[in-house]
Amino acid sequence: MDFELTNRQKQIRLAAREFAEGELVPLGKDCEAKGEYPREIIKKAAQLGFVGVYIKKEYGGLGLGSLEHSIILEEFWRAEPGLGQIFSQTTFGAQELLLFGSEEQKKKYLSPLVKGDWVMGFAITEPEAGSDAASAVSRAEIVGDEYVINGNKVMISNGTEAKFLLVYCLTHPEETSKSRRHSILLVETDRPGYKADRIHGKMGLHASDTANVYFNNVRVPKENLVGEERNGFIQLMRFLDYSRLMIAGDGVGLAQGAMEQAIDYVKKRKQFGRTIASFQVTQFKIAEMATLIETARSLTYKACWNVDRGNVDSQLSAMAKWWACQVAVRVVDEALQLHGGYGYLDDYPIERFYRAAKLLEIYEGTKEIQKMAIGRRILGMT
Amino acid sequence: MNFDLTGEQKDIIKAAREFAEKEFPQLSQECDREERSPRHLWEKACSLGFVGVFIPETYGGAGLGYLEHCLINEEFWRVDPGIAHFILAGTFGSELILLFGTEEQKRKWVPPLVKANAITGAAITEPDAGSDVSSVRTTAVLEGNEYVINGTKTFITGGTIANFLQVLCVTDPHAESPHDRFSVITVETDRKGFEATKLKYKLGLRASDTAEISFSDVRVPKENLIGTAGRGFQQFMVFFDHTRLHVCAEAVGLAQGALEQAIEHVRKRQQFRKPLASFQVTQFKIAEMATRIEAGRNLYQKAAWLLDQGRVESHLIAMAKWFTGETAVRVAEEALQLHGGYGFIGDYNIERFYRDSKIVEIYEGTKEIEKMIIARALLGRL
Repeated sequence: MDFELTNRQKQIRLAAREFAEGELVPLGKDCEAKGEYPREIIKKAAQLGFVGVYIKKEYGGLGLGSLEHSIILEEFWRAEPGLGQIFSQTTFGAQELLLFGSEEQKKKYLSPLVKGDWVMGFAITEPEAGSDAASAVSRAEIVGDEYVINGNKVMISNGTEAKFLLVYCLTHPEETSKSRRHSILLVETDRPGYKADRIHGKMGLHASDTANVYFNNVRVPKENLVGEERNGFIQLMRFLDYSRLMIAGDGVGLAQGAMEQAIDYVKKRKQFGRTIASFQVTQFKIAEMATLIETARSLTYKACWNVDRGNVDSQLSAMAKWWACQVAVRVVDEALQLHGGYGYLDDYPIERFYRAAKLLEIYEGTKEIQKMAIGRRILGMT
Repeated sequence: MNFDLTGEQKDIIKAAREFAEKEFPQLSQECDREERSPRHLWEKACSLGFVGVFIPETYGGAGLGYLEHCLINEEFWRVDPGIAHFILAGTFGSELILLFGTEEQKRKWVPPLVKANAITGAAITEPDAGSDVSSVRTTAVLEGNEYVINGTKTFITGGTIANFLQVLCVTDPHAESPHDRFSVITVETDRKGFEATKLKYKLGLRASDTAEISFSDVRVPKENLIGTAGRGFQQFMVFFDHTRLHVCAEAVGLAQGALEQAIEHVRKRQQFRKPLASFQVTQFKIAEMATRIEAGRNLYQKAAWLLDQGRVESHLIAMAKWFTGETAVRVAEEALQLHGGYGFIGDYNIERFYRDSKIVEIYEGTKEIEKMIIARALLGRL
């Protein structure tokens, strides 16, 4: 056993922290207030090597693992979740291409992401298909050498900013098994018939782009199929084993940032003639927060480490995702509570962190879906 | 990083599990009801090398780490906490001799513990000194070449069966700091004036001996001082950093055992014409229990691994102790709940596990003390 990060991993963390504190923190409040998507910051981060580190060298990445990717996101989220989210979604879907894409697809689409020239997305969710992804009805029909896509997807990260999306489409409705009906297609967003409306009014994470997207007879060549026909559902599940770990890292980072803000605050804030840190109830709250974060981080790293050596353990990924995100929501709640009334105002960043946190328990598989996966697996009910 | 156990560690787990599963179950109920310690099992465990693996080879041990000691604790507790506690508490207190004793003391006191020739213990707690260790009042007065000891200790593990105990005594009552008033003295239990009374009707761990002990002008030679006179309190704090780890392992083992009993039960038990396991609420409970156990195990293994590397991180150990202790109590409770009325009847082991669990949140530092330690590391002394 060895619970230590390697020197390289420690350096990556340090560099990511410096970048986040120097570049993300100053922009955070403003971008949140205005809902501004700061495209140039992606370019800057990409130049420093923070984008898509898990993408293989032959496709322009650093060839590192999920663990390094998670560490970077953890640091970004610790500093500023709203901008951290931008980086969580910049290469979102690239792992699917790495796992199932053709050589040409990987060569063509991955390296511009790493350079910060393009961003991508993965369009799965529909109005009537959330957790129940196998009920997606966006239709892709083969007409000659092309797929013709019709339908709409909701809550799609980077829907308006992406150069291309992976789209989860119904291609074989006649199949009896619900998990054999879908295929994943790569759709360039400049194709005629594609439309995206950015969503406004999200509770948090205002800087990042989330959109409803519409496909109206969008035609893509057959070569845009990612992986195999009918295999979309299975490919999607494989992808989630990876992407869930990234979200776990987001959760750990948000919780760490929230706790540090709480520590700062309670050491300064005086009530009843002494700092609130000197009250035992405060000390116990901080101790509980720190312990939960430690368990979440350790679990996330363990799951990442396993995935990076080819040992993809869906149960462990689900545990890390559920646990780390629950920790984030609980810790940020307690951290805001310790700020009292000030925590409710946007004078302090904790209010922004609080609003950002809730999504972690929802996207990439709600916590209920994670628990279903874990429980059914253990009980042999699948 | 490397989250895998070594081949040797996996072998240790397997051997410990086999031994516990073969030997403990047929005695569990009887030892619990009769409050009897199965001495022959302790002898057998010693002969198979399960007792005191952390003791260096020079003193008869296996020269392994605390992590390995923890792994054995976990496996034994998984099968029966009471018997496990009796067997593995036989070396409890030897850590003080190994950490602070002279070469001569180590050679004299330690080897018999591994060969099943002696049992030891640590005597700290008094009726009015629990978490507040520095309120200990048992005195040891130097007269010529002997210490003369007077006082009463309570809740002492192995009190009626131990051959010798490491006793925390006041030796320098006038030292300026209350923390500099104590010394650790080894007392053979066959000395005149030593008396031990078994404490009966404990909530749990009834196979393990707990006693009230009294010292009435007990004389021991000066050479029985362990470490430095006046440093007893500090020595015990270091001691706790080691012994808290095996309590974490106890807790994880108990929780794992309880979870497995719950899984077995919900698969068999039919209500509303289907097994309890097929209800989603059951699946969620099992998922939550398993995730907490995974997080707890990961955390204590990290803390133990660091300790074996020579890095004593008191706050991490305290985190692991609190979190795993709470995990044991919660998991045992939920596991009993899943057994319904049967869980309340002694026919099933879960009733005993439930009673056994509570102590892990109390001994070796209550969860409240652990949280104080963690908070101090994060907020500084307040």
